[in-house]
Amino acid sequence: MCADHIPQTRTTRRHAIEIFLGGGVLASLASFLYPVLRFLVPPPVADLGGDEVVAAKVGDLKPNSGEIFRFGSRPGLLILQSDGTYRALSATCTHLGCTVQYRADLRQIWCPCHNGIYDLSGRNVSGPPPRPLDAFDVHLRGDEIVVSRKREA
Amino acid sequence: MAMLRNKVCGFAAPRSTVLAGVVALAACLGYGQAVNSCVDCHSTMPDPLGVTSDKFSQDIHAQKGLTCTSCHGGDASSYDPTVAMGSKAGFKGKIDRRKIPDLCGSCHSNPNLMRQYDPSLRTDQLAEYHTSVHGKRLAAGDTKVAVCIDCHSVHDIRPPSDPRSTVNPVNVATTCSRCHADASYMKQYGIPTDQFAKYNTSVHHDALAVRGDLSAPTCTTCHGNHGAVPPGVDKVQNVCANCHVFQAQMYAKSTHSKVFQEKGLPGCVVCHTNHGIHMPSDAMLGTGPTGVCMRCHAPGDHCDRARVSILSNLTQLDGTIKQADDALRVAESSGMEVSEARLSQDQARDALTKARVTIHSFQAALVDQDIQVGMKIAAANLKAGKDAMIERNHRRIGLGLCFVAIAIMLVGLWLYIRKLES
Amino acid sequence: MFAALYRWLDERLHLDGLIEPFRHKTVPTHRLSYWYFFGGITLFLFIVQVFTGILLLLYYRPSANEAFESVQYIMTRVQFGWLIRSIHSWSANLMIFTAFVHMFSVLFLKAYRKPREMTWVSGMLLLFLVMGFGFSGYLLPWNKLAFFATTVGTQMAGQVPVIGQPMMVFLRGGPQVTGATLTRFFGFHVAVLPMLVTILLAIHLFLVQRQGMSVPPKVEAAWTANPSLRREMRFFPNFLLRELMAWYVAIGTLGALAALFPWNLGVKAEPFASAPAGIKPEWYFLFMYQTLKLIPSKVWIFDGEVLGILGCGLAGLFWLLLPFFESDKPARTRTWITGLGVFALVYMIVMSVYGYVAQ
Repeated sequence: MCADHIPQTRTTRRHAIEIFLGGGVLASLASFLYPVLRFLVPPPVADLGGDEVVAAKVGDLKPNSGEIFRFGSRPGLLILQSDGTYRALSATCTHLGCTVQYRADLRQIWCPCHNGIYDLSGRNVSGPPPRPLDAFDVHLRGDEIVVSRKREA
Repeated sequence: MAMLRNKVCGFAAPRSTVLAGVVALAACLGYGQAVNSCVDCHSTMPDPLGVTSDKFSQDIHAQKGLTCTSCHGGDASSYDPTVAMGSKAGFKGKIDRRKIPDLCGSCHSNPNLMRQYDPSLRTDQLAEYHTSVHGKRLAAGDTKVAVCIDCHSVHDIRPPSDPRSTVNPVNVATTCSRCHADASYMKQYGIPTDQFAKYNTSVHHDALAVRGDLSAPTCTTCHGNHGAVPPGVDKVQNVCANCHVFQAQMYAKSTHSKVFQEKGLPGCVVCHTNHGIHMPSDAMLGTGPTGVCMRCHAPGDHCDRARVSILSNLTQLDGTIKQADDALRVAESSGMEVSEARLSQDQARDALTKARVTIHSFQAALVDQDIQVGMKIAAANLKAGKDAMIERNHRRIGLGLCFVAIAIMLVGLWLYIRKLES
Repeated sequence: MFAALYRWLDERLHLDGLIEPFRHKTVPTHRLSYWYFFGGITLFLFIVQVFTGILLLLYYRPSANEAFESVQYIMTRVQFGWLIRSIHSWSANLMIFTAFVHMFSVLFLKAYRKPREMTWVSGMLLLFLVMGFGFSGYLLPWNKLAFFATTVGTQMAGQVPVIGQPMMVFLRGGPQVTGATLTRFFGFHVAVLPMLVTILLAIHLFLVQRQGMSVPPKVEAAWTANPSLRREMRFFPNFLLRELMAWYVAIGTLGALAALFPWNLGVKAEPFASAPAGIKPEWYFLFMYQTLKLIPSKVWIFDGEVLGILGCGLAGLFWLLLPFFESDKPARTRTWITGLGVFALVYMIVMSVYGYVAQ
């Protein structure tokens, strides 16, 4: 087709359409694909915090000491006993919900709010707490200390 | 039964065998219940002589095999009052109040006897009772004071672990109040009778009777039960210290401890009262009606300045925590996920609680240490809330850009359609 | 470039023969032809669901211990996870809405009449399946509301006489709603229902393509009387481009909803806790739920709830077979079918609103 037979308005209109359509396709596809591609890349923190969590690394704790870590939505207590074994329990006191701590001098778990005492298995041995603390499983994975919920029988 | 008799008669057995058989049968029919003439008559009588077998069957003593005659003497097998309630059978009648502790103690202080029923039961109640105000006054001849049956009830005594027992922790205060809240009964003793009413407004009552927390204190927790004596003025904080360990430790090392002791002031009770203990508030450090510091201290002195510093720190942390809570709430309702910051708020609140405990050291610097820990956490959470809102705004900008792209596309499509159809 | 690709494929597959009918396919245009878009929009939303659903599958964990946490993870840690998940939830609701609009538009425009009875039946079955998608998907985040809504919903299914109890146990994977229910619903949601929907959708779309678009009776009559009034649009590319515009509007709406009103997560389900007050099912079940609540507990000698559920079932069956009730006096039946349709629509709206505001 001879170019000089095509009126100027039609060419500019065709251009406009091409720009809008082409640009629109590219822009809209980009705005759809960009989130999807980012979604596909796994985040740096791969754990869900639901069933298991890395509480600490080997060497973080000294023997006969305890540390609070986050487990899901509640705090947990990780204890390294003097004989080298790890114990992990829920750190929420069963009395009124305060956060308990490990007492190296007593070698027991103590709640500072009302002087409740638990033994290292979580059993409530003295003071107001009405129930034992939930215990968790502890495994070593390389140099990571992994705490997981107890498997239901 | 006729068959049995005929059979037995058929064998021409001795009459005593038949009699034994009938008695055994009667015993079988009335299994577990020996003939009890006391209850048979007294269950039909009105109070105060009335005791039904229904009532007595609830009694722990009845369940362990004791009966009326175990305490009252007499002969339960006879329906003849002169025999059943005769002196030959050792009938004691209504036990004189002054003799009740010794009567109960005749078993309950005997370890060898009690061991046969429940080896873990204590046997020192009588000895403790003798040291109590009630015991001493009784020995001096006052029969208005409490004896065993006033607290433990009589004829339907339940173990303290039974929720219906008058000495179950939940019911103890009510039991004590039967005398101690009766103004006319207690008139001659010159002690207040508002303790029960005050206790019912307290945070301990709320924990025990309302929330069912059996570890919360009632009258006997602080005053003792059998050896009931109010703790001495200088011993109050020992009692509180059993549960409120940290506060007591700090208080013991503080300036107030020595001063209160010298002045004969009752420790914790000075600021917190004794029976009507309410949830403490930061206002107690203030100058309003609930403020306690200025009752002794002069405005502008060193202690007043410390008070002001502590109060302002606490208020600051409390305020920051609330601010962070609000920011997180707004972020959450805008759809942002802030559960980690919410969890961290618990730690900030723990720090505030700790700071409030540290007040009992009466050292502003120590309180400030705990406050700063909390401030760091609360400030971080506030920032998290604000960051969430910034992220939310970013999302809206992203959405806007996406809309622009879609709008371009829609315009393009429309133009193209128009062109096709022209 | 496209032309070259087309030529390459055509040499091997003889695409021309396949594409021929589509080249000539037309869509009637009249006052009411805008309703024609709703089928396509529903299809588009379904495609969005499949796509976002597959993306979510990359991170979701279908066990009672981890389901809630995995959705929380998607919402907070995964890049744009909040967007994908919110689009999935919103698109689900929008799809059910457009499916109902599509069904009612077909009803009022009388597109179900001969020869399109099979299209109606397959479409109704698709509607039931789509609601099944909604019911099964709702449980997957394993939050409190979903847990109890599922308990109530499956319990109602259990009220059907004779087969109700076995059906309920089948749905729940046991007598109670537990982690087994979650696994089972997950299986339904990502495997069983997609398979069934794919088959029915293929049938439905094939029928639509084969039979073309239906024209409302009045318009048909007018065009038969005066053929010059007939207006048509080519399916490809004209109708399709317009449909594409509708799809772009839909995706824009979804993005806006996801960004401005993100779907909330709620609180993790605790199977042994007691139900919170005021549990309600999702909005698309509200009209049935509210109806059941209004039926007295005993109607004559029958249990009210059982009667209600049987009633709902019968209504559904009747609706499914609607085209077959068209008698040889089409004009009359069409009037009362229209009347019934209006009544049903009004009833559903009123009951849904009532159910929403009721305590």
